[in-house]
Amino acid sequence: MKTSKFLAWLAIAIGVIYFFIPLLGTFEFSLRMRRGEYSLDAYGSVFSDVQFQQTFGFSILMALFTIVFGMLLVVPTAYWVRLRLPQMRPVLEFITLMPLVIPAIVIVFGYLRLYNSSSYIPFTGSIFGTNVLLVMSYITLSLPYMYRSVDTAMRTIDVRTLTEAAEILGAKWPTILFRCIFPNVMSGVLSGAFITFAIVIGEFTMASLLDRPAFGPYLQLVGANKAYEPSALAIIAFAITWLSMGLLQLVSRFSKLAPSKA
Amino acid sequence: MSFLVLDSIKKSFGQTQVVKDFHMAIEKGEFVSFLGPSGCGKTTILRMIAGFETPSDGVISIAGKNQNGLKTSQRNIGMVFQAYALFPNMSVFDNVAFGLKVAGQPKSEIEKRVKEMLKLIHLEHLADRYPYQLSGGQQQRVALARALAPKPQVLLLDEPLSALDAKIRVSLREEIRQIQRQLGITTVFVTHDQEEALSISDRIVVMNAGRADQIGTPSDIYNRPATRFVASFVGTLNIIDAIVEDPAANTIRIGENVIKLREPIGALKGGDQVSIALRPEAGSLNESATGDTALTGKVVSSQFLGSVVRTRFEVGGNQISFDMFNAPDKILPQLGETVTLRFAASDLLLIKD
Repeated sequence: MKTSKFLAWLAIAIGVIYFFIPLLGTFEFSLRMRRGEYSLDAYGSVFSDVQFQQTFGFSILMALFTIVFGMLLVVPTAYWVRLRLPQMRPVLEFITLMPLVIPAIVIVFGYLRLYNSSSYIPFTGSIFGTNVLLVMSYITLSLPYMYRSVDTAMRTIDVRTLTEAAEILGAKWPTILFRCIFPNVMSGVLSGAFITFAIVIGEFTMASLLDRPAFGPYLQLVGANKAYEPSALAIIAFAITWLSMGLLQLVSRFSKLAPSKA
Repeated sequence: MSFLVLDSIKKSFGQTQVVKDFHMAIEKGEFVSFLGPSGCGKTTILRMIAGFETPSDGVISIAGKNQNGLKTSQRNIGMVFQAYALFPNMSVFDNVAFGLKVAGQPKSEIEKRVKEMLKLIHLEHLADRYPYQLSGGQQQRVALARALAPKPQVLLLDEPLSALDAKIRVSLREEIRQIQRQLGITTVFVTHDQEEALSISDRIVVMNAGRADQIGTPSDIYNRPATRFVASFVGTLNIIDAIVEDPAANTIRIGENVIKLREPIGALKGGDQVSIALRPEAGSLNESATGDTALTGKVVSSQFLGSVVRTRFEVGGNQISFDMFNAPDKILPQLGETVTLRFAASDLLLIKD
C-alpha cells in the first residue's frame, strides 16, 4: 500500500517536473530582457506592440463569433437529434469527430479549393468573406468539443418531457428552445465556449493560410524575429488558456450546485 | 353531447397497432381512469388527446371541436407528467406562471392566478424555491398547479403518482381528486395501479392489448368484470375451472360440488368447460354463515397477513383463496383440514374470454 502510494506520488512529481520546468524556464527567460537583472520589459514590449493589440483583438472577435454561431448551430442540432432523431446520434458523433482526425491543413486546403475567388461561392474574394470563412473553419475545429459539452449537458435533463410540458402550456419552438432548454444546458454551452476560445486564440494554420491577421500567425512571426518576446507571448498564451480552463471549472462547479434533473 | 369524445381511434407504430378502434365519450367534469398493464395503449391514447401523437384513424373532439388538426399548443389542455417535468431553471412561481406568460396575460393577472393556484396546493410559502429544493410530492403538486393555471378544458394525468412513495401517493391522490371536484375539470388519469384507479375515478377504462376490455364505474369493474383479463387484473380473483353439469338447470360442477349459477350459462352443453370467478373476500368459513352456495375442500395453506388471514383450499383441482379479517381470538384453519366456504350464488361470475 505504502509502495503504491510512493509510486503514485513519484509519477505525479515526474509529470509536474516534465510540465513545469520548461514553463519555468520560458518564464525565467522572458524576464531576462534587461541585461543583468530580471524585468518585465519583454511583456511591456509585447503589450505596447500595435500588432499584438490588433491581432489579439482580431482573434478575440473571431472567437466570439465562433462561439455565438457555433452554439446557434450546435444547440438546436443536439436538441433536435435528442428529441426527434435519436437514431442519428452515432452519425452526428462521427461527423463532429472528423475535425480531430482530419488535419487542419487538409481542411483549409479544401476550403481554398471550394471557396476561392473564382469558385461559385467566392468567400476568399473579399476580406469580409475570408473572415466569414475563417469563423466557419473555427466552428469546424471546435465542433468536437462544442457538441460533446452541449450533448452532455442535455443528457442531464429530460429534454423530451420538458419540451412536451412547455408545448402543452402553449409555448412555441423559440420559447421552448430559449426559455426552457437553453438555460438548462448553459453549463455545457459555457464549457464549450471556453474551450472554443482557447482553441481559436492560439490557432495558426487556418488563419495563416487564409492570410488573416490573427494572434496565431503573430506568435509565429514574433518567434522568428525576436528573442525574449516569444517567451513572454508563450506565457501570455498559457495564461489565457488557463484562465479559460479556470472559468470552465468554475462554471462546472456552479452547475453542480444548481438542479440538473427535470 | 359528451365533452371529450374519442371516436374510432386507431394508432399504429410501423406494423404494430397499439390502439385498436377505441370509442369513448367522457362527460364534462368527469374523472376517468385508464387502467392497464404496460404496453396496453393507455398512455398512447392520452398522448393523442394531448396532441403529442397523431391518430392513424378516428376523431378526437373536445366540446364539439375536432382536435385532429390542432397542434398541442393550440388545444388548451393541462398535463401532469410522471417525471414532474418542472423547468429546473425557474422558481415555483415562474413554473406556475409559465403558461400564463406564454398566453400573454397581464402581469397583475398572472400574479393573482399563480397565488390562487399555490394556495390551492398549499405551497404559497414555497413560491421562491427551485424544483431541486422540493420533495417529489411537492414537485408534483407544483406540476398540478402549473397545469391548472391557464384554466385548461381538460386535465391529463400521466401516472403522476408512480414516482412517489406509498404514503405520499395516497395523500396526493386524494388531494388531486378533491381539487378536480372543486374545479369541476374533466380529467383523464392514466395508471397501472388498480387501487389508485378504483379509489378516485368516476369511471374506469380497463385497457388490454389496445382495446377497452371494459368501461364502467369502479364498483362495476371490481364486482362485475366483463372479461377474464379484467377479472384477473383488477383485484385478486379466484378463477375456477368448472364443468357444465346441466344447462337446463343452470348448474356447474367443481370437483364434488354442484352449484347453481344465477347467471344464465347460455349456449353451453353439458360437459363443456367453463370458467367462473370468485372474489377472495366473498363468503365465510363460519358454519353459521348465510349463503345459498357452498364449496368444500382441503386446506393447503394458511397465511397471516396482518389485517387479514388468507386461506387456500383445494376444490376439484382448483386452489381457491379466501380472505377473512384478523381478530385476536381467531383460530387459523390447519393444513389438511376440510373447510366449507359459504357464499351467495350471485358472488360467482361467469367469465367470458
